[in-house]
Amino acid sequence: MAAGAASGGSARADTYKDARGWLLLPSWAVLGIFVLGPVCMMLIYSFLTKEFRGGVIWEFSLAAYDQFFFDRGLFGDEPPTIEWTYITIFWRSIWQAGAATLLSLVIGFPTAYFIATRPENVRPVWVFLITIPYWVNLLIRTVSMKFLLRDQGPLNDFLIGTGLIDSPIHIVNTNFAVQLGLFYSYLPFMVLPVYAAVERYNFSLSEAAADLYASKWTTLRRIVLPAVKPGVVAGCILVFVPSMGSFLAPDLLGGAKNFMIGSLIEEQFKGNAGNWPFGAAASMILLTMVLIILMFSARQQAKADKAGG
Amino acid sequence: MAHVNDNIKAYKGFRSITLLCLVVLYAPLVIVTIYSFNASQSITNWEGISLRWYAEVFTGPESEKFKVAAFNSFTIAIIAATASTAIATLAATAMVRGGNFKLRTVSFGLISLPLMVPEIVTAVATLIFFNAIGFTRGYMTILVAHIAFCIPFAYLPISARMQGIEDSFEQAAMDLYATRRQAFTKILMPLMAPGIISGFLLAFIVSLDDFIITNFVKGAGVETLPTAIFGSVKQGIKPNIMAISTMLLSISIVMVTISYFVSKSDNTK
Repeated sequence: MAAGAASGGSARADTYKDARGWLLLPSWAVLGIFVLGPVCMMLIYSFLTKEFRGGVIWEFSLAAYDQFFFDRGLFGDEPPTIEWTYITIFWRSIWQAGAATLLSLVIGFPTAYFIATRPENVRPVWVFLITIPYWVNLLIRTVSMKFLLRDQGPLNDFLIGTGLIDSPIHIVNTNFAVQLGLFYSYLPFMVLPVYAAVERYNFSLSEAAADLYASKWTTLRRIVLPAVKPGVVAGCILVFVPSMGSFLAPDLLGGAKNFMIGSLIEEQFKGNAGNWPFGAAASMILLTMVLIILMFSARQQAKADKAGG
Repeated sequence: MAHVNDNIKAYKGFRSITLLCLVVLYAPLVIVTIYSFNASQSITNWEGISLRWYAEVFTGPESEKFKVAAFNSFTIAIIAATASTAIATLAATAMVRGGNFKLRTVSFGLISLPLMVPEIVTAVATLIFFNAIGFTRGYMTILVAHIAFCIPFAYLPISARMQGIEDSFEQAAMDLYATRRQAFTKILMPLMAPGIISGFLLAFIVSLDDFIITNFVKGAGVETLPTAIFGSVKQGIKPNIMAISTMLLSISIVMVTISYFVSKSDNTK
């Protein structure tokens, strides 16, 4: 491996070529048995019959998926019509996650751009400042958000104190509170990939555009944005995917009217009233949607890599 | 690259948005920290500085519950972080120092699986799995689940670090008749230390902070700090919860800061 030194750390060293099976065994075993295995088990459970005290009876059934998509009336003997309850909950989750993603993009893009144009030695400090809150317990962050936003909370006190408003603004238990909570939960996932893309961007292109009398906003829209698009797409996916299945933000900030997939799934496994196969089926549908989005983005990314040469 | 004039790079308003962003990120944490020192019985009025809610956490009526929860949280986090760091280090050695192999992409996919699958789905799947094999839920089920989902968080900084270390150091040692094991423990491991420490700390925080998966697999009676806090918050936010939250968020921030500075230190020079 004399070439290793010449080509630096990028060369793929193979010192442990013969031992890699043993080295990989623990991770394969733990993740295979306790993550991949359970997901397969969940798929099986979604096709089983529900037991009334929680749990399942080992008998094949399509009831869980049928309940999700079709309404067969109170006694189950009417001709099936589309059941909108759960589709609406999924649709709301997609919508809320989309709004949170947009909010993260609108705030996160300028932030990432600003950080990437700082002097090189202070950039890591900025990135660090943005990521610190992410490492604080999500539950604590969400509770803190609720404390700040509630009707008698510090935000409303402050706004009333300054005379901007007369009576408190109701934010908690609205759609907006959930979007704000999701934004707060996942913002670094937007900032980091966009930052990485802007950092690689060649600013001579902006200079060239300016020389050719493009306005600054035209340059941003027509030159910078297309160049950093892969980073933006990655950021949007990294915010959208966890937002869709989130539980804490809708549960604590949204209240009963703003029910999302996470709460729907959680209810199926709580106490005796739940329906395990239905919960498993809802989880499978969520997982399928996420995998489709991830596959789509992987293909886009591959295309972008190819085009970029 | 030619130096580009800052006027061309800069956009009006981007600095203000960045500052707004920081305010939004930090305001809730700062506010809760401030109010945890509030002397008042109510969470709304401010009546001066006091440590009474911190005392309440350790001696109050709920203190026993929180002590047990804290013990569970910290022992699980230490064991899970240690185990997942060890597993991740071995995996990274194979992935970064194992040459090209067919199952490389599959292995990477498996390692990052906990990051791709929505957390609530992992939670449901793990619950169903333990139920199907007839394992009673409790401390052990939480621990096993935590070891599994901490692996990618430990793996990422460790493999990034290993990629940054040329294998010429180990080759040199082995040219001088060190065995491969000696090259691993005496050369690679010390050079890897910053990556391993930051991987361990991130895994520790992720385990300490986890709510959703723990909530599903914990079973009746066993609580960690996040599930105990969630249970309390459901009846309303109380000042003692703010005191616990402040302590927990300080621990997270201190550990992330250590991890940041450790991973920045370069000992290959």
